[in-house]
Amino acid sequence: MMVCDICKSNDATVHLTQIVGGKMKKVNLCEGCSKEKGVQDPTGFSMADMLLGLGTGDEMESVSESGTICPGCGFTLADFKKLGRLGCSQCYKTFAEGLESVIKMMHKAEMHVGKKPARAIHNLEVTERLEALRTELEKAVGKENFENAAALRDEIEAIKKQL
Amino acid sequence: MKISKLLKNPSGSKGEPHSNRIVVSSRVRLARNLQRFPFPGWAKKADRQKIIETIRPVVADLPEMENAAINEIMDQFTVVDKQVLVERHLISREHAAKNFGSGVVIDANMNLSLMINEEDHLRMQAIFNGLELESAWKMISKVDNELEETLDFAFSQKLGYLTACPTNVGTGMRASAMLHLPALVLSEQINQIIQAVNKLGLAVRGLYGEGTEASGNLFQISNQTTLGETEAEIIERLRRVINQIIEHEENARATLLEKRALTVNDQVGRSFGILTNAYSMSSKESMNLLSMMRLGVDLGMFDEIVRSIVDELFIASQPAHLQKSISRKLNAEERDLLRGELIRDRLSLLEKPKIRKIQPPESNEEKA
Repeated sequence: MMVCDICKSNDATVHLTQIVGGKMKKVNLCEGCSKEKGVQDPTGFSMADMLLGLGTGDEMESVSESGTICPGCGFTLADFKKLGRLGCSQCYKTFAEGLESVIKMMHKAEMHVGKKPARAIHNLEVTERLEALRTELEKAVGKENFENAAALRDEIEAIKKQL
Repeated sequence: MKISKLLKNPSGSKGEPHSNRIVVSSRVRLARNLQRFPFPGWAKKADRQKIIETIRPVVADLPEMENAAINEIMDQFTVVDKQVLVERHLISREHAAKNFGSGVVIDANMNLSLMINEEDHLRMQAIFNGLELESAWKMISKVDNELEETLDFAFSQKLGYLTACPTNVGTGMRASAMLHLPALVLSEQINQIIQAVNKLGLAVRGLYGEGTEASGNLFQISNQTTLGETEAEIIERLRRVINQIIEHEENARATLLEKRALTVNDQVGRSFGILTNAYSMSSKESMNLLSMMRLGVDLGMFDEIVRSIVDELFIASQPAHLQKSISRKLNAEERDLLRGELIRDRLSLLEKPKIRKIQPPESNEEKA
């Protein structure tokens, strides 16, 4: 007997297959759970919505046990499992590990290739460049290479003005 | 309240009117969030207030929003007002449940609608009549560019635009088209089509989106995934599938006329008969009968002008539009009576449908 993927107790009688991100996903459900998830109404059902609460659970659980709290908003993965939504944009960084498999299952790929916000990208690149220069500066100071450090400091000041 | 002004615009959002018999409307929506603020569902009241105070003036300042039809906080609307906006597809059902701390700005032509503090800080959409996905994308992308000059959107190089729900991450784009598919429903091919479309990674939904029932033979088709494809690729993929569905619907119509003209005459005639004579009409029944009338227009059984009357009734006979027209609250029974009256009145001067020629059955009785 095949057991329902949701309630893990009843006999699964509804078997669904859908191509998600080029991979075939199979979900087995019992009568009751399939009704509850709206699977039997083909217009209302989308597997991506359902994957949120299912299948991904194992990966999410191992992370949520660690009890990580998002420093940006105080969100936990237990909250995500309950709400199906994240707390803030920083949550994507905080819970990157657990979210990776969720996102992989929902989408075609893992890398954004679409539109980018021009101004934000510029600022992001500048910020990254600044961080790299600051690390270099610390190293230079540590090695007492003051000539190099002075040059780096000037470059940092110049880039700061771009922000 | 400007909602009443909305009612005087029967055709809804502008675009090439009836550029397509099968595609009723096209929509592209983008989800965007500000950096450093929790998403609306997790944000405290004070944060939500700050978010709307940050976004709303920038939105109102857009050149597209000069003479905006609506620029309000959600708690300024009555329940019926909000429902009118839902029936016009100008706000989502989720947004209609929002009050303090959420808002909506809609342009004068009602092509553009920007919801503040829906599931994401900003949900913006462009909607057009007919198959106009590219126009809708172009319009909303321009608005996005303009907003981005001032607002700091949450974005990651890897995951793209960061959204409250990971199903929207990446482009944050949902492109969709509303299709009228009566022949595929009549010929019982629709479930097959829906399954095939699902397998291609596109979602098929009812009239008001997620979880809603398909009534009036109207189906919404949209992209399911948002990460790993460019916006143009997603739209192109959607358009290809839509074109195939159009072809299937056209074929199903041709087959119906060829093999089941009697059924077509019966269904269209029956719908006309009931709509022009019934005194109590539920929303669901009127949607399905009006759908048959629309098919009748497409098949040349009514004058072309009947199409705009039918399309107008589709919207005007929705529950909130009815209540708004009479400016008082109605119970379900009163609504059904009013709906019957409205439809009888609008259709009273129409001529009966021209019946389609029925092909003689291919039999041996010809000699007789």
